[in-house]
Amino acid sequence: MKHQPPPQKRAWSLNSSATRGIIFQVLTLSLVLAGVWFLWHNMQENMRIRGIESGWDFLGSTAGFDIGETMIEYHPSESYGKAIWVGVLNTLKVAVIGIVLTTLVGVLIGVGRFSRNALVRGLCYGYVELFRNVPILLQLLMWYLIFIEVLPPSNEAWNVAGLFFLSKGGLSFPFPTDGVGQVLAGAAIGLVGAWFWRDRKQKHFELTGQNSNRIWGPAALILMFAVAGWAVAGMPTAWNVPEQLIFMVDGGVAATPEFMAVLVGLVIYTAAFIAEVVRSGIQSVSAGQVEAALALGLNQKQNMKLVVLPQALRVIIPPMTNQYLNLTKNSSLAVAVGYPDVVSIANTTINQSGRAVECIAIIMLVYLTTSLSTSAFMNWYNQRMAIKER
Amino acid sequence: MSQETIIKFDKVNKWYGDDFHVLRDIDLDVAKGERIVVCGPSGSGKSTLIRCINRLEEHQQGHLTVDGIELTDDVKAIDKVRKNVGMVFQQFNLFPHLSVLENLTLSPMWVGKMPKKEAEERAMQQLERVRIAEQAAKFPLQLSGGQQQRVAIARALCLTPKIMLFDEPTSALDPEMIKEVLDVIVELADQGITMICVTHEMGFAKAVADRVIFMDQGQIVEQNTPEAFFNNPQNERSKDFLSKILGH
Amino acid sequence: MADTFIPIASRPSPVKVTGFVPWVQGNLFADWRSSLTTLFVIGLVLYVLPGFANWAIFNSVVRADADACQAARGVGACWGVVTEKYRLILFGRYPYEDHWRPLLATSIMVGGLVLSCMRYFWKPWLVIMWFGVLAVFFTLMGGGVFGLEPVRTDLWGGLPLTVMLATLSIFLAFPIAIMVALGRRSNLPAIRSVCIVYIELIRGVPLISVLFMASFMFPLFMPQGMPIDVLVRVVVGITLFAAAYMAEIIRGGLQALPKGQLEAADTLGLSYWQTQRKIVLPQALAMTVPTMMGNFISIFKDTSLVFIVSLYELVGAMSLALNSDVNWRPFKIEAYLFITLVYFIFCISMSRYSLWVEKQLSVSKAR
Repeated sequence: MKHQPPPQKRAWSLNSSATRGIIFQVLTLSLVLAGVWFLWHNMQENMRIRGIESGWDFLGSTAGFDIGETMIEYHPSESYGKAIWVGVLNTLKVAVIGIVLTTLVGVLIGVGRFSRNALVRGLCYGYVELFRNVPILLQLLMWYLIFIEVLPPSNEAWNVAGLFFLSKGGLSFPFPTDGVGQVLAGAAIGLVGAWFWRDRKQKHFELTGQNSNRIWGPAALILMFAVAGWAVAGMPTAWNVPEQLIFMVDGGVAATPEFMAVLVGLVIYTAAFIAEVVRSGIQSVSAGQVEAALALGLNQKQNMKLVVLPQALRVIIPPMTNQYLNLTKNSSLAVAVGYPDVVSIANTTINQSGRAVECIAIIMLVYLTTSLSTSAFMNWYNQRMAIKER
Repeated sequence: MSQETIIKFDKVNKWYGDDFHVLRDIDLDVAKGERIVVCGPSGSGKSTLIRCINRLEEHQQGHLTVDGIELTDDVKAIDKVRKNVGMVFQQFNLFPHLSVLENLTLSPMWVGKMPKKEAEERAMQQLERVRIAEQAAKFPLQLSGGQQQRVAIARALCLTPKIMLFDEPTSALDPEMIKEVLDVIVELADQGITMICVTHEMGFAKAVADRVIFMDQGQIVEQNTPEAFFNNPQNERSKDFLSKILGH
Repeated sequence: MADTFIPIASRPSPVKVTGFVPWVQGNLFADWRSSLTTLFVIGLVLYVLPGFANWAIFNSVVRADADACQAARGVGACWGVVTEKYRLILFGRYPYEDHWRPLLATSIMVGGLVLSCMRYFWKPWLVIMWFGVLAVFFTLMGGGVFGLEPVRTDLWGGLPLTVMLATLSIFLAFPIAIMVALGRRSNLPAIRSVCIVYIELIRGVPLISVLFMASFMFPLFMPQGMPIDVLVRVVVGITLFAAAYMAEIIRGGLQALPKGQLEAADTLGLSYWQTQRKIVLPQALAMTVPTMMGNFISIFKDTSLVFIVSLYELVGAMSLALNSDVNWRPFKIEAYLFITLVYFIFCISMSRYSLWVEKQLSVSKAR
């Protein structure tokens, strides 16, 4: 039969779903745009009437306020922009350390729910139920109160071995004065070497069927390079050690009670959710998988490593990343205990400069960037790791 | 089939909890190369029986010896037994995150300490044996039920087991796929491997089995050659069961 | 091979598995690691518990006596702070003599919530009932009619405020969430983009920034001269926040609906909106109930944040009650524990309910 072109579509019709769709979209968009214009116009009017200025130039003006703890050098004579940047760094600090710690605690508790020992199971269950059902703000405030009330004053701090001091002024611990950068660089090089080592071991295993331990070798390699880094730095032995003075504890690196309250509160709260994520991930692997693995002669360790964990991790990682995001967003509550994160500093800036709109926009931008990049990573990860189906 | 006993149940009893007596005084000798079909109503303990053979279930009383090794709490003994016993499950239980080929090479490489190339050659041989070699690179969830079960059979065969256990291998399949799986098992049966198959497929039993064992309420009620059992059941319960199965 | 068959009767197991002793042996002392852990935990409990029990119960002061509490500092808990201040904590700055009004209003609202949880009441007139409950609530709290003294909204606080914020926001967010969820799945790119932008924007930022936005910027958005009540701003903020999360949950339910349902509706000649109303939404929403409950619990907990924008819910009311009273200020920990208990009771009841609903739904699916 002669190939015929498809029949021509009618020009347009009010009844066709395509036309209706376009009309509907045009209507909605116009409504939305009209609404946005209305709000914007009102805002301009109101700001003009109240004498509120707008614009981003305030970021260059002098901040005039001090910040309790900073990761970089900062002085009240510096700009608002710098102050906000200090806030961003503080947020990152508590978020990164928080994520590492909460993963450790959460995984331990999640795995603990499967323990053979009923007391361990019960304690883990109790932990999850208790800390999930109390608001995070309340938990942060309580931890802060405990640190303030229960800890001794700075002139008689608790100490452990004369090296670690804990008081109302915070936690002071010794820290090396130099060489840290070189040691870390060495460890990084060691990490690369370790990766190659493991790769070689894998190829050897595939070639000969002989499997050997892949943990100790690479770990020793990393350690070796870290020591080499230390040697390159001139083998520094000086440590910044805190000591108890009459009124306070001086020296070392100090973690303020505000930081500790935020960190501990966030870690303990989020760990309860991560424990649940881990638990449901492990449970999602059906019993039949384990039976098949056992029937094939795999021992418990191999069973975990080759069959259960790969499947469980695929189920665990997306919600776990969501919890990391929640932890980061919850760090915004630090403003309630006085830890100078980005929300807290932006709040002070609003109160001083009156630029509410701009500052709120900055806060939202900071968090949006984090969330969207994490979502993008999550989507990429999910696509790569998805179990292939029909 | 030789006269040498490869599996011996000696007064084996098993309980679930305190009161559910699921296997009662089982005495059974399986000869090397013998092909056995176990049938019976649900809850009769037939799956439990074969799962005791590779210690997926533990028995509380009696002695169970497989290929000369007695099954107790001794982990090393259990590992040795499992290397010689292959199992095919009703729900296939293929590992969805690994390709078909990786599913098959997993055990030879990690348990049998075989180099990857050799493991893959053996895997391809088994895949050809079950006539599914062209799917080697696919993933389990991309295959149909019948294909997945055939891969599962190939995976069990990669261990070159002396004994093959089938736990209702076709019960989870759509009707049009049952034949392809049964054909593969029939071919295996002709190659001299010791087989114990729990199934409702009576045509298969007639074609392949040396012995049919009928179980009910945890006991072996009757065992006989297929012809004798199907045409002339001796026991009331066997007659009752057969009438239900063969009726439609 | 036809041996005579002798049926064997069932015997009990020679090795007892159920019962107290076997349980203890299997669960607490199964191997040396487990035994060691059990002993360690028991030791820890024996070490800590007496001290804690002494502090919390035996040496504690329950009467509202500030001096007795001071005397017992460090030795016994001061529950007297709760006895003395519980009305201020629970009801905030609401006029003291009229406390019966928020009590009644909250009870009615909680009653309405409990009724909404029972499957029997999942009928269309539930919505009308809710309008009624909300009307009664606001009349009782706000007053000005029926001889009730008017009470400004910025005096509302404590538990009624928490319950009201959570319930009202969810109630208002629901229709918005349904619209946004449908729009997110729409074939029309403009609609879909607007919905995606809204959802991703709100879900990417913390609630506190949304509350700040509502608090600082909402008045600027309104035509000049129109004052916006603080409570209204906060409700709008929480509603917009909740709607984004609920939209994602509903979208999950919509996605889980088999395509065949839509096709069947098409062949029956139903229009888009009829299909959504009668076929899609009832099924999709039912599937999302457990996750929705989880979201409701989160929103309930999140209402505690309004303390940062100066609305005095439980935490704020407590700070207010104690900061102004030098006698009781040192006993904040006990007051915090009291509030923790209140939140805990609410949240755990809701999560138990959610588990029960999940079980119910899975039962109805099993054949």
